[in-house]
Amino acid sequence: MNFSVVATEFPSLLLQGLALGLIYALVSLGYTMVYGVLRLINFANSEVFMIGTFATLYVQVNILGFTNTSEPIRGFRLVYSLALCLVVSMLVSALVAVLVELVAYRRLRAKGANRLASLISAIGVSIVLMEWVGLLTGSRPRSGARLMEKSSLFEIGGANFRVDTVLAIVLPVIIFLVLNRFVTKTRLGKSIRAVSMSEENSKLMGININRVITLTFIIGGLTTGAAAFLFMTVYENTTFTIGFNMGIAAFTAAVLGGIGNLRGAFYGGIALGLLEQFASAIIGSEWKAVTVFVVLVLVLLFKPNGLFGEAVQQTRT
Amino acid sequence: MSKFLNFNLRDFGAGIWSGWNRPTRVIFVLLCIAVSGLLPFAAEFGPTSFLNTPVASYIDVLVYPIGMFVLMALGLNIVVGKSGLLDLGYIAFFAIGAYTHAVLSTLYGWNAWESLPVGMFFAMISGVVLGLPALRLRGDYLAIITLGFGEIVRIVALNIEITGGPNGIPGIPNPPGFFGVEFNLEYSRNFYYIVLVLILLTIWMIRRFTVRRPGRAWEAIRQDEDVAELMGVNTLVYKLWSFVIGAAVGGAAGVIFASKVMVISPDMFKFEVSILILACVVFGGIGNIWGVILGAGLLAYIPERIRFLTETRQLVFGLVLIIMMNIRPDGLLPRKKREKITQKGSK
Repeated sequence: MNFSVVATEFPSLLLQGLALGLIYALVSLGYTMVYGVLRLINFANSEVFMIGTFATLYVQVNILGFTNTSEPIRGFRLVYSLALCLVVSMLVSALVAVLVELVAYRRLRAKGANRLASLISAIGVSIVLMEWVGLLTGSRPRSGARLMEKSSLFEIGGANFRVDTVLAIVLPVIIFLVLNRFVTKTRLGKSIRAVSMSEENSKLMGININRVITLTFIIGGLTTGAAAFLFMTVYENTTFTIGFNMGIAAFTAAVLGGIGNLRGAFYGGIALGLLEQFASAIIGSEWKAVTVFVVLVLVLLFKPNGLFGEAVQQTRT
Repeated sequence: MSKFLNFNLRDFGAGIWSGWNRPTRVIFVLLCIAVSGLLPFAAEFGPTSFLNTPVASYIDVLVYPIGMFVLMALGLNIVVGKSGLLDLGYIAFFAIGAYTHAVLSTLYGWNAWESLPVGMFFAMISGVVLGLPALRLRGDYLAIITLGFGEIVRIVALNIEITGGPNGIPGIPNPPGFFGVEFNLEYSRNFYYIVLVLILLTIWMIRRFTVRRPGRAWEAIRQDEDVAELMGVNTLVYKLWSFVIGAAVGGAAGVIFASKVMVISPDMFKFEVSILILACVVFGGIGNIWGVILGAGLLAYIPERIRFLTETRQLVFGLVLIIMMNIRPDGLLPRKKREKITQKGSK
């Protein structure tokens, strides 16, 4: 136990926790959106994230030609390079997410199979993706390229606002604002919410269920891809097993905030990121996961639907 | 083709079974037990020598993973199959059993037969500790909490002193022999018989439970928890019981596992194993004992058999899971038709 750390490094921990938490929040959208419409844990989303990090790496190294020793760039070229990485990562992740839906869920759904069957087939897809990337990369961890000079923009009370940290905070917030608007205001967004309320009634209202489900997988894939890009920008390394821990963290974040709910994913992610940072500073990083789960159990005991409740007030098992 | 793929061997077998009289049934059961008792010798004959696995010896594979997986899958089936609770951290109970025996034997000189009930007891206690808060929650919340519990047990074992940290506990003694039956590395076959006895006891226990009050209560809870509650079933108590009984089976498996492998370390109890056990249950047929045994046997055996693939082994395993679930979503041997829930608007 080391509480003095909190006193001295509070602003810095807060900043790091926020950046990490918002990355979690983006990944947890991949779980929460799918859970909202299908009531299923999208187990393969962790591998969508993993492939996103490798897509970013591929663009950095093989297309833009950066290595981890190359000269940092600035100005328009930097913006253009980062944007390219982001877009490719998002698109590749969305594509993988759609493939996951086709392979793991669609046929089983058509057969009216039970939920566990879909869970196992999603786990199967997850294993295949992970092992496939493991084969391609020779199971070795890869370090990413550093595109920009991670200079400090400004400092508040010892918290160092570096370029990448600020990016990791601003980008998710923008994505959440856009997504929130999309889900509440547009026709497609409304159809997603309708399906999450009642699939049968949505069908009667003429909503194409399969299209809506594909759409939610695409959205989940896009945000997970954005998270993968941010992860590579901030932490600069990846390996084929990286999805596992990220997946558990993101799913925990989704449950913490209230699964099936946009706001829940957002605040759940932030809460989890802060919790992890402070827990590792105070108790030690080896107890981080234990603290997170103890807090999760406590939250669920007092608020069984998570901090922000489920999107729809229904408790289907 | 689709008729063939959807063929329900479980119902077919149940039809034959119900046509038999009692002596025929007894003979059949004894025959089954005899055949499973002969399994360790199966690889020694010409036509069946293909059973031999490339790396570990066939008899070792028969104990772990196959026997252990069948035992654990049966235990998990009580939780997932009978009362319909999704447990993603079943390995925790296995780990608790294994560590109980490891600590008791290396520090206090207990033997495996003495630690077996203690290991089961600790697993049951942890089942209650986890179950009391977690079982009030529903569906996927339970899944994430059990998942977390599995990870917590592993992390605690990794970080405290008594469990030896990441190195684990070496030098766990084999169980002492009795009536001239020895248990050590030379006699792996005898471990198989311990596991077989435990499996038979578990099957017997599940079958007794299924036809009595707890079995009916679990069935009601699985089909519709609200209705069960309204009909006067004390759902929390019965859910807790299924959780605790499942935990006891896992704990027993853990004790025997520790006394067989002699060295245990935290990385034997990863989340992946929980998932694998769950896959065994679903792959074989949730809720059906024979399906679960078949599923666990296959999923434990296939990775060992295809060890020659080394690098692509897991990839092939993943493909097997996807293809099988797509072809037969209800598993190889689905539960009886009448036990299936008619899910309205199931997805």
